[in-house]
Amino acid sequence: MAAVSGLVRRPFQQVSGLLKRRFHRTAPAALQVTVRDAINQGMDEELERDERVFLLGEEVAQYDGAYKVSRGLWKKYGDKRIIDTPISEMGFAGIAVGAAMAGLRPICEFMTFNFSMQAIDQVINSAAKTCYMSGGLQCVPIVFRGPNGASAGVAAQHSQCFAAWYGHCPGLKVVSPWNSEDAKGLIKSAIRDNNPVVVLENELMYGVPFEFPTEAQSKDFLIPIGKAKIERQGPAFNFLDAPAVRVTGADVPMPYAKILEDNSVPQVKDIIFAIKKTLNI
Amino acid sequence: ASRVLVASRNFANDATFEIKKCDLHRLEEGPPATTVLTREDGLRYYRMMQTVRRMELKADQLYKQKIIRGFCHLCDGQEACCVGLEAGINPTDHLITAYRAHGFTFTRGLSVRQILAELTGRKGGCARGKGGSMHMYAKNFYGGNGIVGAQVPLGAGIALACKYNGKDEVCLTLYGDGAANQGQIFEAYNMAALWKLPCIFICENNRYGMGTSVERAAASTDYYKRGDFIPGLRVDGMDILCVREATRFAAAYCRSGKGPILMELQTYRYHGHSMSDPGVSYRTREEIQEVRSKSDPIMLLKDRMVNSNLTSVEELKEIDVEVRKEIEDAAQFATADPEPPLEELGYHIYSSDPPFEVRGANQWIKFKSVS
Repeated sequence: MAAVSGLVRRPFQQVSGLLKRRFHRTAPAALQVTVRDAINQGMDEELERDERVFLLGEEVAQYDGAYKVSRGLWKKYGDKRIIDTPISEMGFAGIAVGAAMAGLRPICEFMTFNFSMQAIDQVINSAAKTCYMSGGLQCVPIVFRGPNGASAGVAAQHSQCFAAWYGHCPGLKVVSPWNSEDAKGLIKSAIRDNNPVVVLENELMYGVPFEFPTEAQSKDFLIPIGKAKIERQGPAFNFLDAPAVRVTGADVPMPYAKILEDNSVPQVKDIIFAIKKTLNI
Repeated sequence: ASRVLVASRNFANDATFEIKKCDLHRLEEGPPATTVLTREDGLRYYRMMQTVRRMELKADQLYKQKIIRGFCHLCDGQEACCVGLEAGINPTDHLITAYRAHGFTFTRGLSVRQILAELTGRKGGCARGKGGSMHMYAKNFYGGNGIVGAQVPLGAGIALACKYNGKDEVCLTLYGDGAANQGQIFEAYNMAALWKLPCIFICENNRYGMGTSVERAAASTDYYKRGDFIPGLRVDGMDILCVREATRFAAAYCRSGKGPILMELQTYRYHGHSMSDPGVSYRTREEIQEVRSKSDPIMLLKDRMVNSNLTSVEELKEIDVEVRKEIEDAAQFATADPEPPLEELGYHIYSSDPPFEVRGANQWIKFKSVS
């Protein structure tokens, strides 16, 4: 059994992580909020706080959102702030970027990030690179958000993960929240950020409830983009103890049949296997 | 001695000119058939057009000396477009175009110095040398865009912001005859019309998309009709007064809340597509020469003004001398100014952010990024 040893890495900011642990012990009936509602809350609060913020995308207004993430927003804010678009990704993404250049703060929703491929030129060439190309003169305060990656049985064209694609582009900030407080804190930070931020959500997580600490219930709850968070404290080890190993999707377009799909995405057993291999257990 | 002579001449204060009638699409009426040009405006337009002309020719020179590198798309021949459009709008209106943008960068308010220094990649350039020919920005001027057609949805978005803010501003969204076949432009037409955005779509038709003539690229070369449900007008883009009146008309249309409108400016570029294109493999030298001798925008304005006693040949020559000096000084600056310091390589990746470290070509090279 290899001992896990090595240099102790300096812990990063992780306020919410610590609060979470305290919650487990002292407050049995904590507030449960789904990821969907957390994102909804985050957007609602930012729409209320700054009238330059608006949301556009397919079905975001009268349909309440294809995945109901924007439920209730159109009823509250109306046509000016919550805009249903035609099926024109390249067009409406470009419109959103132009509006951001002119001083508004759009949230551009892609029904899934698979469709963002049609608009990817606007995300990268018009949004991400502009601050740099203009020598800092023209900023683009825009958020691109929507569900990314694997879903359930939607097959290859609707299951691609764009984290690596967008993550490689200088000028873009890319976040991928997991639980509810992360989702809320990050979407709020993304909206307040003066730069293009891609928020990669996941459809399978929308309906999952999490404990929502009191701190996260505040209208000014923000999670800074770019700082790591310790979800659960554990012993530290560094690169020399064991090289990083990747657990990721299989190198195939996503198949449809359940047995094939299940084996194309990392399962818990695959992660445990990789960890044990890495630690020589 | 000649200065005194010029000053004592009695020039007319203004003159009325007939301008070519615009072809109309889905419009009952178009811009007026005559316009009044004041002496003051005329001299200003002449100076601006001459400045753009000389600036572009200087850029040609600097490119051949390899002081400007990469892409360089010149607009000499098309001066009536940038100067005429600016004459028809307010400084508080907005404008976006593609990569043939030096003329617009000037008419939107930047100096020849800032433009040439950006072309030569120096720190005195308007984008501090970070952008180059295709990425120049100014107040209410959104570039300078390198991806053909991408600027059109951007322009519709700027128009959305104009409507959102309720300040009666409009956005001029330009694209070429080549870009006119891009799908995203039709997406932008649809949304602009649907939401009644104050967007003036402007097709600068100079007859060639790179090396492809309009007949070889478009099933319909009536670009002013391509907006379908969007009203359009076809304008003589070599006559600055025609451009100005059409722009005033279009801007008034948009400001009244009726939604978008489309203008096709028929114009011509003397240079090839870019400095790498001699421009004679897909068109004849005779054609270029014919446009130069019959339709040159600067010549047209000059003739009109001289013949109506708004100015004299001598006075215009003085302006030419002043313009030449301005360009020379700017070129001197653009050649002598140092390149941006290496430390700035990582600057301005993000806006309003605290400083952070950026990786260089290998893991040991680090640059600081400052907003």
